[in-house]
Amino acid sequence: MRIARPLRLLEFRSGSLAPIIVILAVLLVLLTARQPDFLSPPSLMSFLGRSAPIILLAAGQYFVIVSGELDLSVGSLVTAQVVIAARLIDSDPSAGWPVVVLLFAFGIAVGLVNGLVTTRLRVPSFITTLGMFLILVGAVYLWSNGAPKGGLSEEFRRLGRSAFEDVPVLGRIPYALVILLAAAALALVLTRSDFGRTLVAVGGNPRTAELSGVRVWRAKTMAFVLSGLAATLAAVLIGGYSGVSFQAGAGLEFGAITAAVLGGVALGGGRGSVVGAMLGALTLETLFTLMNFYGVSGALKPTVQGAIILFAVAAASFRFPSR
Amino acid sequence: MSGALSLPDRRTPPGVFVALVLTLAIGWLIVTVDGGRLFSLPTTVSLLHVAAGLGLVAVGQTLVVVGGSLDLSVAYVVSLSTLVAAETMAGDDGALLPAIGLTLAVSATIGLVNGLLVTTARINPFIATVGVGLLLKGYLDNGYDGPAGKTAPALVQGLGYQRIGPVPLSFLLLLAVAAAAWFVLARTRFGHHLIAVGGDPEVARLSGVRGSRVLVTAHVLCALCAGLAGVYLASRLGAGAPRVGTEGLYDLESIAAVVLGGTALAGGRGGVAGTVGGVLLLASIDAIFNQLEVDVFFKQVIRGVIIIAAVAVYARRAMRKAS
Repeated sequence: MRIARPLRLLEFRSGSLAPIIVILAVLLVLLTARQPDFLSPPSLMSFLGRSAPIILLAAGQYFVIVSGELDLSVGSLVTAQVVIAARLIDSDPSAGWPVVVLLFAFGIAVGLVNGLVTTRLRVPSFITTLGMFLILVGAVYLWSNGAPKGGLSEEFRRLGRSAFEDVPVLGRIPYALVILLAAAALALVLTRSDFGRTLVAVGGNPRTAELSGVRVWRAKTMAFVLSGLAATLAAVLIGGYSGVSFQAGAGLEFGAITAAVLGGVALGGGRGSVVGAMLGALTLETLFTLMNFYGVSGALKPTVQGAIILFAVAAASFRFPSR
Repeated sequence: MSGALSLPDRRTPPGVFVALVLTLAIGWLIVTVDGGRLFSLPTTVSLLHVAAGLGLVAVGQTLVVVGGSLDLSVAYVVSLSTLVAAETMAGDDGALLPAIGLTLAVSATIGLVNGLLVTTARINPFIATVGVGLLLKGYLDNGYDGPAGKTAPALVQGLGYQRIGPVPLSFLLLLAVAAAAWFVLARTRFGHHLIAVGGDPEVARLSGVRGSRVLVTAHVLCALCAGLAGVYLASRLGAGAPRVGTEGLYDLESIAAVVLGGTALAGGRGGVAGTVGGVLLLASIDAIFNQLEVDVFFKQVIRGVIIIAAVAVYARRAMRKAS
C-alpha cells in the first residue's frame, strides 16, 4: 500500500493531463507551421495576455465543477461587471481603484448567493446559476436602459491592455499575464491545501464527505465565491482590453466549462486538476488563433470549434473509460 | 428485487400545478386591480401560443432528462427546423407534407448524432450537445443573415393561427405530443427502461436493459419534438428564422420548465405532466407581465428569481417528504 498509493497518484495525474498537452502541442505545431514567428517572445507574450481572461474563468470553473456543481452565470457576471465599471467610473480617472474594489465585492456577493442557494436551498446549480444569468443580464439592461452608459478610464483600462515594456529577452510582458500567473499560482496553492482536497472529496462523493465531518455546503459555497472572483478579474481584464459592451461576457460560461472538460476535469465532480482546466482554456484560445491564421470565416468558427471539442473530448474518453 | 425497474410514486401531484393555480390567482388579482383583464381572449390565446412553442421543446427535453442526459442543442434545432421547413415549402401548399417530413428527418438525425455522442463516444451530454449546438450555430451564422424561405399558407392558417374557441390548434398539438410522451414514459417498456437508465445506469445494465439504445432513442425523440416546435414557429412567423431558437432561450427555458415540473436533473425521476405544468407556469408569468406592461428587462430579472424560488420550494418539499 505504501508504495502503491503514490504510484497511483502519479498515474492519475499524468493520465489526466496527457491528452490536453498532446492536443495543445499539435495545435501549436500547426500554428507555427503557418505563422513561424508565433512562438517569438513578443507575439507569444501578447497571445498569453489575451488568453488570460478565459484561463482565469476556467480556473474558477474548475473549483465549482470539481465540487460537483456548475456555474453558468460567469459570462453574464463578466458583462455585468464591465457595464457596472463603465457606469461608475464614467471616464473619471480617480474612480479606478475604488470601483475595482467594488467589483470584487459584487463578484463575491454573486458567488455567495449562487453557493448558498445551491447548498442551503438545495436548488440544482444548473438552475441556480441559470437563474442568476437571467437576473444579471436583465438587471444590467434594466439599469442602463438598453445601452451601456459612461466609459472606462485609461487608468482602469491599463490593467487589461498595457504591459511592462523593454523587458530583456521577452520584450514586453502584459500586466494581464502577470495577473494570470499570480492567480494561477494562488489557484495551485489552493488545490494543494486542505480546502482543495476537501473540495475534490465533496465532488467525488458528497455523502462520504458529509459523513466524515466535512461541511459540504461551506466548501461548495467557497467554490462559487472563487468562480465569482475569477469572473471579476476576467471582467477587469476584458474591459481594459476590449472595452464596454453588452456582449463582453457572452458565451464565456460555455467556453470556461468546455475548457475545463477539455483539460480532463470530469463534469459531476471529483476528478481533474486546475492546471488541466487552464491548459484546456489555453488550447481553446490556440484553436481560435489557428482558425484566424487559416482564414476560417468568423461565422463558421463555431462549427470548427464544436467539431474539435467533440473530437478532443471523445478521444480523451476513449483512452480513459469512465470509472 | 425489481427496485430498479419499478416506477417512482406517481400518485403525488406535481407541486407545479399548485404553483400554477396560485400564480394565476394572484396574477389575476393584480392585473384586475391594475385595470386589465388576464383571461381576455387575446391574452389567453397568446398565453397558449407561448406554451405551445416552449412546451413542444420541453416535452422532448423531459425524455432525455429522465434518462439522465440533457440536450442543449434544441435551440439551434428549432432555428434550423424553421428554415428547413420554410425553405422547402417555399410558399407552396403542395410541398407541405414533404417539407414537414424533411424537417423531422433532419431533426431526428441531429438527435441520433447527439445520442451516439453521449452513448458510444461517451461524451458528457452537456459537452456533446453544446458541441453539436456549436456546429449548427456555425452553419446558421454562416448561411443566414435574416429570415429566409416562405411557409406554406395552409400551414400558417392551420397550425399557425387556427383555433377552437380560445384554444389554438398548436396547443392541441402540444397536448397530443405530451399525451404520447406520457404514455411512452409511463406505460411502455421503453419508458420503464429509460427511467431505470436515468436512475442508475449500472443497475439498469445489470438488469439487462440496453442503456445506449434507450438513451439514443430518447435523444432522437427530443430532437423530433424540437423539430416540431420549429415547424410550429415557422407557421407562426411565415418564414424560417435563423435565430428564433436562441433568442427564445429554448435550451435553458425548456430545462427550467422540466425542473419546475419536478423532474430531477440527475435523471430517473419525473414526468411529462409536470413539465406541461412548468411550461404553463412560465407562460402564465409571461402573460401576467405583459398585461402589467412590465419592462422586458425587469421581466427577465423576475423570471430568474421565480425559477430559482420555485425550484427551492420544490426541493424543500422533497426534503420534508424524504425525512
